[in-house]
Amino acid sequence: MTKGKIVGLEGSFAVAEAVRMANVDVISAYPITPQTHIVERLAEMIADGELDAEFICVESEHSAMSACVGASAAGARVFTCSASQGLELMHEVLYIPSSMRLPVVAVTANRALSAPLSVWCDHSDAMAIRDIGWIQIFAENNQQAFDLTVCAYRIAEDKEVLFPAMVHIDGFYLSHVIEGVMLPDEEEVAHFIPDYEHPFVLDPEDPVSMGCYGPPFIYPEAKKAQEVDFTNTKPKIQETWDEFGETFGRYYSPVEKYKMEDANIALLTMGSSGETAMLAVDEMREEGRDVGLIRLRLWRPFPFKEFRDAVKDVELLVVLDRAISFGMGGPVCSEVKSALYDKRKDLSIVGFIGGLGGRDIPIDGFKYMVNRALEKVKMIERGEEIETEMIGIRE
Amino acid sequence: MEQEEELFLPRFITTEENFAAGHRACIGCGEALAVRHVCKALGKNVIIVNATGCIEIYSSLLPYTSWRVPWIHTLFENVGAVVSGVESAYKARIQKGKIEDRGVKFVGFAGDGGTSDIGLQALSGAMERGHDFLYCCFDNEAYMNTGIQRSSSTPYGAWTTTAPVGKKSIVGQTTWKKNMPEIAVAHRIPYVATACPSYPFDLMDKVKRGMEIEGPAYLHIFSVCPTGWRCPPEITVEIGRLVVETGIFPLYEVINGEYHLSVDFPKLKSVREYLKKQGRFRHLTEKDIERIQARVEEEYEKLRERASQKTAKGASQNKCAKFMTMDR
Repeated sequence: MTKGKIVGLEGSFAVAEAVRMANVDVISAYPITPQTHIVERLAEMIADGELDAEFICVESEHSAMSACVGASAAGARVFTCSASQGLELMHEVLYIPSSMRLPVVAVTANRALSAPLSVWCDHSDAMAIRDIGWIQIFAENNQQAFDLTVCAYRIAEDKEVLFPAMVHIDGFYLSHVIEGVMLPDEEEVAHFIPDYEHPFVLDPEDPVSMGCYGPPFIYPEAKKAQEVDFTNTKPKIQETWDEFGETFGRYYSPVEKYKMEDANIALLTMGSSGETAMLAVDEMREEGRDVGLIRLRLWRPFPFKEFRDAVKDVELLVVLDRAISFGMGGPVCSEVKSALYDKRKDLSIVGFIGGLGGRDIPIDGFKYMVNRALEKVKMIERGEEIETEMIGIRE
Repeated sequence: MEQEEELFLPRFITTEENFAAGHRACIGCGEALAVRHVCKALGKNVIIVNATGCIEIYSSLLPYTSWRVPWIHTLFENVGAVVSGVESAYKARIQKGKIEDRGVKFVGFAGDGGTSDIGLQALSGAMERGHDFLYCCFDNEAYMNTGIQRSSSTPYGAWTTTAPVGKKSIVGQTTWKKNMPEIAVAHRIPYVATACPSYPFDLMDKVKRGMEIEGPAYLHIFSVCPTGWRCPPEITVEIGRLVVETGIFPLYEVINGEYHLSVDFPKLKSVREYLKKQGRFRHLTEKDIERIQARVEEEYEKLRERASQKTAKGASQNKCAKFMTMDR
């Protein structure tokens, strides 16, 4: 069993600890609520000599990611973090590390998007970047914020991966809440993520041209290669999490199940609401109902196989989205439906949108979703059109 | 300028081309000429960060590259930030003992759009933070890569596709050229200069000085664009000389806040000589030309005034004077 100690830490500080133990070379970030505590803590660590890194206090998130791209291309291990509007401002730049195969690691403290301005949690920012080619991982608690950030470096820098990775922690729910976090021995972490040498760096001794201009005769092949390689990162991600489990005793997988053994009804969540959903499942189980829970840990690349396996014995899947795709419903629900199309005609899938802009979803909220979903199944059987329902809304 | 210091000395420049031939720039491209000179002066021990624009397009069409030095292009508006990242990566890795210090230099390349418009914020941030880099703005006075649309660096009166000469609006660009070197000076960085490939030795010396000085250095390079300016490609160098001789684009350096004119003329040529050679100004009336002349003289006097305020720190200026003699 690993050495280490349990410390009370905010999710933000847990991330900062992971970044410190990863011994990053360059940090480039622009403050935005609710990510600020991460950058503040890292700046403090550098000022106290606990972390030997260059902190570039950039003038925008666009520059934060741009500086990470430059530093990563020059061979540095880098870190940035953002949220909400900040992630949207760096949106354009996010395409660069994924297509230039630079293992940038970032953390997003998930937050709603304007307008109206909201600093509170939802997953609108995370969903807006789902098609870019970043590995997207959702943490559920502060321990995971630490563990998954450590793993993100190992995954991103794997020579068979070389894609940027983003760990999503829910703004305030994780970023500002103190929980007990097991901090492992630093040397063990250093051993788990050894120094990284990028195969192609900007170096005058071996000049390379990066980011060239791709005419139609070469662009599609470049994109095909990116898509094939991105999809092929899935086994590496699982392998890394397995090795992490063997070393540190905490195991992760792309799709995590809770009380699913004999479940006919499954709830599906991402991020911190998974823990509330677990409590709801416990209560419903006590009431004698066969409800289980699926948490999507890995959002990109989408874990098709693991997901289909997880729902293979389920009759009803109830999906919670913390974001809206306007005019389409919930993005997670849309995607799980497409993942199951042609595979499971007998499975009913009912989506709900909730928890927008920091609105809490209590235990009863999950119970409501299950009950309401059963009613909706009957409506579907009667041939009625159903729309994605937003829960907890004052009408 | 101290004339008695003028000496004719043989000057040799390297035959090494780090910006290789075979690129796809237009015939007579003043920018490609400038890039070639800049790369000669930079040598091999550099990393170039390039903005989207003409240079990137004509030099890097896959699977070819004109770059014999490490080169990276990512986006249009982020050169300042990317070069900050590259420089910081080297700094951190040297500091941590991961790599040895081989004195690598970091250089940003962008056009006038990538510098004075969309990339201004990232550049301002990089200059303010004091990264050790040289930034070269290749100013061809419009968005040439996308088809001659106006930028804030387009001069008053110039025709462009987004500041056209119409039946109602007959002047073309209605605003005065943004003074980007002055914006760089306002950041109180150690080195700001203007240059033009029609004065190649002066250009190369300024590149070397900008590279050697610790901290941010900004070099604004006037880059004639025959395609966009509607002039014959064989007069690129001539236009580059005229723009200096008329005082429209003076060559100067600002070293630690002190202004030095690299070349001065007892009497400036009329702006008419410069304007009349380019189709983009063909619609201008005598009144417009007089307006431009007055503005140029006013700006030039301000610059002369600043340059005369300097104290006896003449060393670098005298050096310039010599090189200028050769250039001319």
